[in-house]
Amino acid sequence: MNIKDLPEESLFTPGHTACAGCPAPAIVRNMMKIFGKDTIVYTPANCLLVFSGTYPYLAWRVPYLHEAFENTAACISGVARAYRKKGKKTLVVGIAGDGGTYDIGIQALSGAAERNEDVIYVCYDNEAYMNTGIQRSGATPYGAATTTTPAGRKIAGKLEHKKDMAEIMRAHEVPYVATLSISHPKDFLEKVEKAKETEGFRYLHVLSPCPTGWRFDPAKSIEIARKAVDSGMWTLYEAEYGEITNIYKPKKKIPVEEYIKGQGRFRHFTPEMIAELQKWVDRKWKRLYGELPES
Amino acid sequence: MIQKLPAKKMVVTGDYAAAYGALLCDVDVVAAYPITPQTLIVEEFSNFVNDGITDAEFIMVESEHSAMSACIAAQAAGARTYTATASQGLALMHEMLFIASALRLPIVMPVVNRTVAAPIGIWCEHNDSMPQRDTGWIQMACEDNQEVLDMIIMAYKIGERKDVLLPVMPCLDAFILSHTVEPVDAPSSDEVADFIGKYEPHAMLDPDNPMAIGTFTPPEYIQELRYQNHVAMENAKKAIKEVTKEFADEFGRDYHGLIEEYKCDDAEVVLITVGTVTGTAREVVDKLRQQGKKVGLIKLRFYRPFPREELRSIAENVEAIGVYDRAISYGSGGPLFIETRNALYGMDVPVLNFLAGLGGRDVVTGDVEKMYEILMKAKDSKPDKEIYWIGTRGVSI
Repeated sequence: MNIKDLPEESLFTPGHTACAGCPAPAIVRNMMKIFGKDTIVYTPANCLLVFSGTYPYLAWRVPYLHEAFENTAACISGVARAYRKKGKKTLVVGIAGDGGTYDIGIQALSGAAERNEDVIYVCYDNEAYMNTGIQRSGATPYGAATTTTPAGRKIAGKLEHKKDMAEIMRAHEVPYVATLSISHPKDFLEKVEKAKETEGFRYLHVLSPCPTGWRFDPAKSIEIARKAVDSGMWTLYEAEYGEITNIYKPKKKIPVEEYIKGQGRFRHFTPEMIAELQKWVDRKWKRLYGELPES
Repeated sequence: MIQKLPAKKMVVTGDYAAAYGALLCDVDVVAAYPITPQTLIVEEFSNFVNDGITDAEFIMVESEHSAMSACIAAQAAGARTYTATASQGLALMHEMLFIASALRLPIVMPVVNRTVAAPIGIWCEHNDSMPQRDTGWIQMACEDNQEVLDMIIMAYKIGERKDVLLPVMPCLDAFILSHTVEPVDAPSSDEVADFIGKYEPHAMLDPDNPMAIGTFTPPEYIQELRYQNHVAMENAKKAIKEVTKEFADEFGRDYHGLIEEYKCDDAEVVLITVGTVTGTAREVVDKLRQQGKKVGLIKLRFYRPFPREELRSIAENVEAIGVYDRAISYGSGGPLFIETRNALYGMDVPVLNFLAGLGGRDVVTGDVEKMYEILMKAKDSKPDKEIYWIGTRGVSI
């Protein structure tokens, strides 16, 4: 589907209370344009739950459920099975953050993927627990300052690298895994469409640069997402039943230094820290794209 | 339901009775995770599914937390759901129990009462279900396997009533019921279908009529919801009495509502029991009655809602009340004891607490005789303490 072919009607309406520059509403609004009216949405505890409506207000125009934090994949399994029992076809979608996916939700996620539940699981990844005030998660990149990995005098930022969640999901050999970025809208829409057409467990993972938590100019969310892709900090690919079927390779690989520029969470970076992050990116790049480009 | 099931007499375990009850109630979605001594329930239900007796969806989840999460979601999507657990599994579900009741979803979940670690044990204790007191679930205890089957059926009828809409937790004692075979009369699936009716959800996730369930809610609205849950639990008292009566009329087995009295009419002292100890206590009452002692027995069926009015009315005519507990709230007393004394506030009758059978230790007739002996003494002279650890090494009575 082309961007201009997207339906006018929005199933995720204006009036929500997301921060300026937050890509999550755009992610959800555009996904919902493809998923359509015949969709049931679950969100665990996350920013989206809070900004999409505080009773009696609501931005959703589809049935919407919240139970708790760590159980997105179990909840969408329950809804999907209830509908299968009724013999009705309905798309069931869970939209969780990185904390609810990488950390507290990974057990339920792995279980539902192994059972090949007929659902779409979306992880919108802003690389920390933003809703509770920017605490580190398994998705937080190396060195990033969060409120629980502050840039202190002795320890500056997170000591560990980001967990590769999409690869964990690919290892489950589910029908469809895709990584997405708001900086690549055509690719984004195609993957959402592909997920909708596929049956069984589908996992969509989209990077969601967070102006508040990453401390950058809210006008630059898309630009930062693009730099994440161009540097290799975020990689775009699709996998079916564990096999990679499509990879987007940036035309020119930019150094991570260029990506971290303008993000307050990396302000304390020393040349050694930049080198450590670059090493991680290069390892990942080689794994996915083969050899590194000549510098 | 794919196959119709005729009425029949079975000789089955308590776990089988629990699974068969769900089958008879034609549940739509089951989500469960195995834990001793509940395992037979999920195994039996798997047989029903794989043998094509039911077309229920069975989600074999990866944890009890997910089991309850999936049941809540499926029930919110309009399905009649069922799960079962025990002990650590129930503890792991704890968070989700509040959500099931607050969303007013009448899920039915038998709990096979098993001790909660540490140290790890698999035998009967009530310290798994009783700490779930404040989660908003209707909670009751069964005396035998027949009651397990009957209670699953009644649980759907009580929970799904529009003036109740609460989840129900029938409890059965680990191994004493779960793994012990007893004769059980099972009604036919047609009779059960007529008795419980079709599940008509009061609210559900439906793309044709979109609504949000469980969203972020400010203090302006939550307090009224809490009140409504409290009213629903109070309404459950009436519902339980009516449904047990309807059940008795239909199937001939009368469970008498929230409590069942045994030889209480002219009793001077009564013992309140819960679960399987009730059967042992009946025998002791018969024996003591033969000796001319005026003793009675109250089988406490429901812990939530608590039969406050019933106990007060009995307490008016007795001289001492004993409460048997198979769980302990450290630093206070047995949960049923605390509850009973609270219910009898302002009444001038001594209430004593007997702790026995913790960790699954057998409670035998001698233990119950000891309880009555202490009660008879308490009727004549003021007891010097309230809590008695029956059969506990190093603790004198």
